[in-house]
Amino acid sequence: MSDLSTRLDTPARIQVFKTYKLYVGGKFPRSESGRVYEVTDAKGQWLANAPLGTRKDTRDAVLAARAAVKGWSGTTAYNRGQVLYRVAEMLQGRREQFAAEVAAAEGLGGKKAGALVDQAIDRWVWYAGWTDKVAQIAGAANPVAGPFFNLSVPEPTGVVGIVAPQTGYGHSFLGLVSVLAPVIATGNTAVVAAAADAPLPALSLGEVLATSDVPGGVVNVISGRTADIAPTLASHQDVNALDLTGAIAADGPGTATALEELAADTLKRVLRPAVDPAAQDWTNAPGTDRLLSFLETKTVWHPMGQ
Amino acid sequence: MKRAGHVTAHRHTTPQISVPHRNRPHLPIGYARRYAALVTMSTLAANAPGAAGGGLKDVAASEASLRRFLHGLPGVDQVGLEARAAALGTRSIKTTAKAYAIDLAISMIDLTTLEGADTVGKVRALCTKGRNPDPSDPTAPRVAAICVYPDMVATAKEALKGTGIQVASVATAFPAGRAALPVKLADTADAVAAGADEIDMVIDRGAFLSGRYLDVFNEITAVKEACKRPDGTSAHLKVIFETGELQTYDNVRRASWLAMLAGADFIKTSTGKVAVNATPPVTLLMLEAVRDFRAQTGVQVGVKPAGGIRTTKDAMKYLVMVNETLGDDWLTPHWFRFGASSLLNDLLMQRQKLTTGRYSGPDYVTVD
Repeated sequence: MSDLSTRLDTPARIQVFKTYKLYVGGKFPRSESGRVYEVTDAKGQWLANAPLGTRKDTRDAVLAARAAVKGWSGTTAYNRGQVLYRVAEMLQGRREQFAAEVAAAEGLGGKKAGALVDQAIDRWVWYAGWTDKVAQIAGAANPVAGPFFNLSVPEPTGVVGIVAPQTGYGHSFLGLVSVLAPVIATGNTAVVAAAADAPLPALSLGEVLATSDVPGGVVNVISGRTADIAPTLASHQDVNALDLTGAIAADGPGTATALEELAADTLKRVLRPAVDPAAQDWTNAPGTDRLLSFLETKTVWHPMGQ
Repeated sequence: MKRAGHVTAHRHTTPQISVPHRNRPHLPIGYARRYAALVTMSTLAANAPGAAGGGLKDVAASEASLRRFLHGLPGVDQVGLEARAAALGTRSIKTTAKAYAIDLAISMIDLTTLEGADTVGKVRALCTKGRNPDPSDPTAPRVAAICVYPDMVATAKEALKGTGIQVASVATAFPAGRAALPVKLADTADAVAAGADEIDMVIDRGAFLSGRYLDVFNEITAVKEACKRPDGTSAHLKVIFETGELQTYDNVRRASWLAMLAGADFIKTSTGKVAVNATPPVTLLMLEAVRDFRAQTGVQVGVKPAGGIRTTKDAMKYLVMVNETLGDDWLTPHWFRFGASSLLNDLLMQRQKLTTGRYSGPDYVTVD
């Protein structure tokens, strides 16, 4: 009798697994297809099921991103900086979770993974600081031969499709932050094709963004086959720019060249991948290149007053 | 009589709206079949004066006989109706069938601008869009009609000269309908004199809801009279119920029969000016009413859902509903219309996707 009661008092705990979901328009839908795929760690051990995002999910994400452009690009640069800093605050609180996901995805020890997460958080802060300063390096008061003020001001390009980094040291989270933060810091909205083999940090980032003050639709994260998602982004007429950092598949429709051709058909601004993406070290200081990649320059002439 | 729930595949020359059965999920269809008999049963009352033969012409002889007829119509099974409308919205329509449905939907649109801020320029621009919806693709069909306020009829008529596109005008103190009858008739006659081909009138919901059915009946017949032109022809009369204000499905069924008995050429759901506009169940109910009205009297009446239909997917759900409930006879711009403005851009974007293979964006269609 006492034996039975002991067993009832201390049942073996059943672990609660997390259902990873897409992040689209501020919500967490399952894939429209209802399908998932297995995500494994660097040694091939099962980690979780990630939603298998489809072309339709990607189109829905583009709609959400388009709807968010007006509000996000219309906020003041100062306010955008505050919001991005808030993202860093939220990330700090979930540091251990991200460190565990990065360690599993890239086969790193806890210390190294933690350092990568710390660096990713610092990078958010760094880009948050850039929001109200970028106009000073990308804009100008141009001297002209007449009684005019001639001002060039940078404006966001619009909806940016991002193929997130799939290789390189720190790609799964630090790499993702390094390509995403500059895009939204300058007022663009983004649809991110998460790294196909390591989507978990990206999907968890969606949860962080949803609980920061980033409006729904500013960032949309789709996990799934890059060969499905990337060409849809590249050929979609309502996507204004394309970041091909992770487009490195050996062949098939996911190659950078094929995607560039699709993007050219619809007159997109394209950021090409590194020559050897696998050799990329995401811990290197980023510089302002990415920050300046998705801006359009508007120049206004204004007569000088009497 | 065709029963909804059966696929009637007898169109040989045009692509099918119906899709292969294997694309349909099993459960909703079984569900729909189960309820089909309930919601598609005849709306004819056993005690209707015409039901035993002899037509329906005496129904409106008095307030009492009209009320007896309308209240004798069987009640609507709300759960069954909504389940059926939802089941008909689950069809997957792709490739050539989709292309056909998109072109059909474009040709059924009453392209509408009913704003206080309408200008002559805006109406002209809308007419230009109606004539040639996609400037980059001349194969895109024209819309059925341009729908404007009465004072813009002359402008629209001029801009559409020689195109065959109809000019529809709202009238009778649209959208509230709160004006004296002589004012409403003058409003109508003015629009007809300005050249309107179709008149969209609103019923007096206050009279209808307080049970003064004969007042509503007489108003519709009076407006129908006002639609007559000097040469003996007559503008088409569409009767708007504003179903969002009618409270119950039973009322929608009664209003449908009332308007058809009074001589409506078309029955239309909504003005687009209230919170609840066209919904699939309400439209399905009206489609069933026109089906039964033709079976009873031999007179065919058109249906126009209006307001809130914004996407290609929505439009195709309505087309499926028409096909399943009424069949081919109604699948033309003569008998079925969409009252819409933003729907056209979505249809054009979907059409561009089918022709170019690229997903289009709002930058590639005209802004109105």
